Amino acid sequence: MKKLTVATPAELPQAVPFWRDPAKRGVLFQIVVLLSALSVGYVLFSNTQANLERQSIATGFGFLQNEAGFEIAEPVIEYSAADSYSRALTVGALNTLKVSFIGILLTLLLGVIVGISRLSHNWLVSRLAGMFIEVMQNIPILLQLFFWYSIFYEAFPAPRQALNPLPGIFLCNRGLIFGIPAEHPVHSSMLIALLVGIVGWWLLVRQGHKIQDRSGRIFPMHRLGMALSLLLPMAVWLVAGAPLGMDVPELRGFNFSGGMTVSPEFSALLLGLVLYTSAFVAEIVRAGIQSVSRGQVEAAKAVGLRPGQVLRLVILPQALRVIIPPLTSQMLNLTKNSSLAIAIGYSDFVSVANTTINQTGQAIEGVALIMVVYLCFSLSTSVFMNWYNKKMALVER
Amino acid sequence: MSDLMTNPPIEQMKPPRRTVGVTGWLRENLFNTWFNSVLTLLTLYGIWLLFVPLVRWAFVDSLWFSSAEACRDIEGACWSIIPANVSFIFFGFFPDGQQWRPLLTMLLLFALVFYSKDSKHWKRSLVIYWTLGLIVMATLMYGGVFGMPVVETAQWSGFPLTLMLSLFGMVFAYPLGVLLALGRRSRLPAIKSLCVVYIELIRGVPLISLLFMSSVMFPLFLPEGVTIDKVLRAQAAIILFTAAYIAEVVRGGLQAIPRGQYEAADSLGLGYGKTMRLIILPQALKIVIPPSVGILISAFKDTSLVVIIALYDVLKTTQVTLSNPQWMGFSREAYLFLALLYFICCYLMSSYSRKLEKDLHTGH
Repeated sequence: MKKLTVATPAELPQAVPFWRDPAKRGVLFQIVVLLSALSVGYVLFSNTQANLERQSIATGFGFLQNEAGFEIAEPVIEYSAADSYSRALTVGALNTLKVSFIGILLTLLLGVIVGISRLSHNWLVSRLAGMFIEVMQNIPILLQLFFWYSIFYEAFPAPRQALNPLPGIFLCNRGLIFGIPAEHPVHSSMLIALLVGIVGWWLLVRQGHKIQDRSGRIFPMHRLGMALSLLLPMAVWLVAGAPLGMDVPELRGFNFSGGMTVSPEFSALLLGLVLYTSAFVAEIVRAGIQSVSRGQVEAAKAVGLRPGQVLRLVILPQALRVIIPPLTSQMLNLTKNSSLAIAIGYSDFVSVANTTINQTGQAIEGVALIMVVYLCFSLSTSVFMNWYNKKMALVER
Repeated sequence: MSDLMTNPPIEQMKPPRRTVGVTGWLRENLFNTWFNSVLTLLTLYGIWLLFVPLVRWAFVDSLWFSSAEACRDIEGACWSIIPANVSFIFFGFFPDGQQWRPLLTMLLLFALVFYSKDSKHWKRSLVIYWTLGLIVMATLMYGGVFGMPVVETAQWSGFPLTLMLSLFGMVFAYPLGVLLALGRRSRLPAIKSLCVVYIELIRGVPLISLLFMSSVMFPLFLPEGVTIDKVLRAQAAIILFTAAYIAEVVRGGLQAIPRGQYEAADSLGLGYGKTMRLIILPQALKIVIPPSVGILISAFKDTSLVVIIALYDVLKTTQVTLSNPQWMGFSREAYLFLALLYFICCYLMSSYSRKLEKDLHTGH
């Protein structure tokens, strides 16, 4: 029998060479990658420096204080061409926020309606919703924007022959024009009353939960709260003498005066964003509702919950856990897609920044500003998402 | 026993007439409750209101092959803008008389795509076919051999440009995306943080800002005297953008691989490279094929954004046609045609991705 040879410690190599040690190899690899990243960065930086010097472009954000010299249509805050670039960019950012905010609200509304219609037992309704989703998802958003914009400036008539689909609402190539209540001091008091009502609603909900926990009695907190936040502003309005004055648009010369005008650019952008994104939202809503198993609904009915309670207490909390994360990313997509406003001439942040770049030649600063602003939006969204995920995460054994 | 055997067969009862056939289907799907009946009637009324004028505009009062002048006198759609300008819309500034080259390129591309659809053809030979195909396509487009005059990339426009931007965007972004995903899952902190920062940075900003970067900032990055064509710069921006999204999809696939696979590879003594190449990636990439088609679809749609930095993709050539005074005012017809084109392409891809998802689902 052959004798087994066992290596004595002396025969083993004393130290592992560094290229065979994963830990050391990892450190080396990281150093190499970091150094190459840094050197690429350095080459780009020095090239840029040289180019900027040659074209005598000043760097830095000093240009933000200079006079912008261009007008912005429909600014949210007061603005004129004599204001500085920083003011112009602020107006642009506010315009982006405005169209995104209104767009998100409308998208949620339409998306939920279409998503539920997709699940309808009515064959016609469900097929129509499916068609809407397929068509909207498969056409580029930019093409949709161009299409809606072209409808405004080609298909709609001049103000004199404006379409009048509903009394007080006009559609023409100057945009959508409708009447609003004439300005009255009571409006601000009504707003305060509404806020008070909502706070009261919130307090009622807290109190209602306490009562239910203690006695098991169900307190109609939502019904009372809703009534409170609706009736309070109404009461304020009645106390002020119920002012009914309306600011109605009237045809004067070649255009309307009075009322509220929504420009074709804004309407087309909003319409395109809402239709495109709501198709994606509808799919998310459908998938979320379908993810709640039938057994849950049946069990809820078996313990005697009413249909509204089944929806509120059983289906929604489980469906929302599936729906909310992709939903937030769609909301973020809508905000990012609103940057396409530049293609149809709505002054959002990217459009104002682009004008600034063209006027000042500060390309690097301009693009950096665009990126920083959108990164702020997405970072705040992901902070919210992390908070929500932690709150909603299933507590398992 | 015999009683049971001799029982006369009972004549099978037919279902009530109200539950089968057209009436049954209508009752079941459209008029099963009073609410659904009202809903159906309201929807039908809505369709009637909307579709009658639409059909009238598009098919009854419309002209299909006429001059622009004839279109000025009609109420309906002027589809004539499409046949009259079809070669410019599709091929843009590609020189006249040479347009058979992009046409042939596109046909070759469609043939390759059609051949690759079948998962039976997913072999090593497919890679060779694609490589050969891409070389032939590039030669056809650029020319310079076999008596074909050279056509610079600046003149590549229209639909071939759209296809090229999305196809190359995908082909080059994929390896980059896989590397980024591996980096993000890496245990080395420097690599991991570099990849995380890159992915989150790119995903946080709109594509348009990257395209601006490629058109106004990128020239500043290059040393003096070196210029890169505008089309290639936009292509680079699309690749960098798509890679970040692919990285996230691939990361999902990597996370779906059970730990046991890694441990098994480790216990066989495979190193990192071999573990990934032989064990992990083949499984992970198979999982992510359907979502990758989804990314291809959005890359295809997103190429239309190059309009904003004035590249002549199929959307821009359409707009150029529309700015011709002769054809001004027929935007709706032209855009609807383009929408149909995009819809067909995207719909085919998305239904293919759904089919693939079903086919590749080998689990229980």
